Amino acid sequence: MKRHDAAGRRRFLQRAALGVATLGLAGCDRLSRNDQVVKTLDLAERLNLRAQRFLAGERGLAPEYPPSMIDKTFRPNGSTDPQASRYRQLAAGQFRDWRLEIGGLVDEPLSLSLAELQAMPARTQITRHDCVEGWSAIGQWRGPVLADLLERAGVKPEARYVVFHCMDQLGGEDYYYESLDLSEARHPQTILAYSLNDAPLPIANGAPLRLRAERQLGYKMAKYLSAITLVTDFDDIAGGKGGYWEDRGYTWYAGI
Amino acid sequence: MTNSTARIRPRRERRHRLPVRLWHWVNLWCLIVLLMSGLQIFNAHPALYWGSASNFDDPWLEMYAIRGAEGDIKGQTALGPWVFDTTGILGYSGSDDNASVRGFPGWITLPSYQFLTMGRLWHFFFAWLFAGAGALFALYALFSGHLKRDLWLPASQWRGLGRDILDHLRLRFHTGHGGYNGLQKLSYLGVLFVALPVMILTGLCMSPTFNAAAPWLLDLFGGRQSARSIHFIVAGSLVLFVIVHLLMVLLSGPLRQVRDMLTGGRRDVTPAESQGSTQHETP
Repeated sequence: MKRHDAAGRRRFLQRAALGVATLGLAGCDRLSRNDQVVKTLDLAERLNLRAQRFLAGERGLAPEYPPSMIDKTFRPNGSTDPQASRYRQLAAGQFRDWRLEIGGLVDEPLSLSLAELQAMPARTQITRHDCVEGWSAIGQWRGPVLADLLERAGVKPEARYVVFHCMDQLGGEDYYYESLDLSEARHPQTILAYSLNDAPLPIANGAPLRLRAERQLGYKMAKYLSAITLVTDFDDIAGGKGGYWEDRGYTWYAGI
Repeated sequence: MTNSTARIRPRRERRHRLPVRLWHWVNLWCLIVLLMSGLQIFNAHPALYWGSASNFDDPWLEMYAIRGAEGDIKGQTALGPWVFDTTGILGYSGSDDNASVRGFPGWITLPSYQFLTMGRLWHFFFAWLFAGAGALFALYALFSGHLKRDLWLPASQWRGLGRDILDHLRLRFHTGHGGYNGLQKLSYLGVLFVALPVMILTGLCMSPTFNAAAPWLLDLFGGRQSARSIHFIVAGSLVLFVIVHLLMVLLSGPLRQVRDMLTGGRRDVTPAESQGSTQHETP
């Protein structure tokens, strides 16, 4: 009888503990779906941006590494082989017919071929790429500094953001896109890379041209670029959050 | 009449002062959320490396799933050269009809399902709270005398450490007098001034923008992937600390301990402390 009681009590306690734990978890999951909670948690993100910009300054440089530290294969992520017919055609022609259009709030819209971009003064940098998932890879990138291109096009005073339009459809439908504010876009290490580890940029890594914003996480660095537009805000572009992953809940500022 | 009662009324000497209690409970919530959301973030890439970049062929810790001979899925954890079957906990877990390939199981991640960006939002919000409260507490400990009075070991306690360790191993605790014992102080100091700052700094070192602000700190920790590994290991040591801490509370009058951490309790005054002062005597 006594033993039976003890077993029953133990079972009850186990169930109670499990119940409390499940309730707690369910509560946290529910909070994670509550808009107000998400909005509150998101406040930290604005703090991150301000604090980090203050600490790193507008011009603070991301660490650069010696050639001995370059990873032999640079892990690609997201789209690695875009299937859009326009992209397949351009790739088949070694991107000879591809052009980068720079427009929006600029004095003089530009349309540049790969050869023209390659003829520009370029920056070479060996930097670390940090994926939001947690891993890192080191590669050598080469390409014109974005600030030079913006200078050439002439940014209108009302422009605040630079939007990068891509040729890949990551989920199968929506085209990838990203955005930076002018401060990060004009950072000396922000380049448009056409070369990885001294070879033409492979398709898996974003051929023919990709963004490198070295003080940000990987998802900010749009691949398969086709156009760059200067805008005052990105409310009317796709989901309105300033990027493919941002439209899916990721933070716009990806400095941490 | 009132005058004389006022004179003999003892000074309100709390066992735990208000800032200590506040910080304790704020920390409890911060550490729970930071641990669970941290494991959510870890699950996005459940592998750890040393150095700047990830050598994908050679993580020192990795959790993954494999398909067994009979088509069943097994969760495995590789620690260096050793591989452990951790089905149900690490690598592969969940209820029978809803199991999934994941590093840590759903009951210890926030949210319980795979949702990296939400884990990041929880983590960074509570990291600010935790760092802010920690900074305020460090200032308080330094300037109120809490550090010197209650946490720093006097020479006698440094000398008695060996005996203290033996006593702890024999589960013989000195709960009688008001202050902390040597080993206890040492573990608090280690958590306060080593573990918690290292958590914050290694956390920051995983940020590419912060790396631009303080590349020397990144070098100090041996690169970003090392910082991520250290962050994980020290988090584990904090979990260990909390387990031992809870065990000690359980073994030393848990009700009184929790009550005192809530209300402040009354500080037992040692004869040495009360010498030359009648104010400490109980009314």
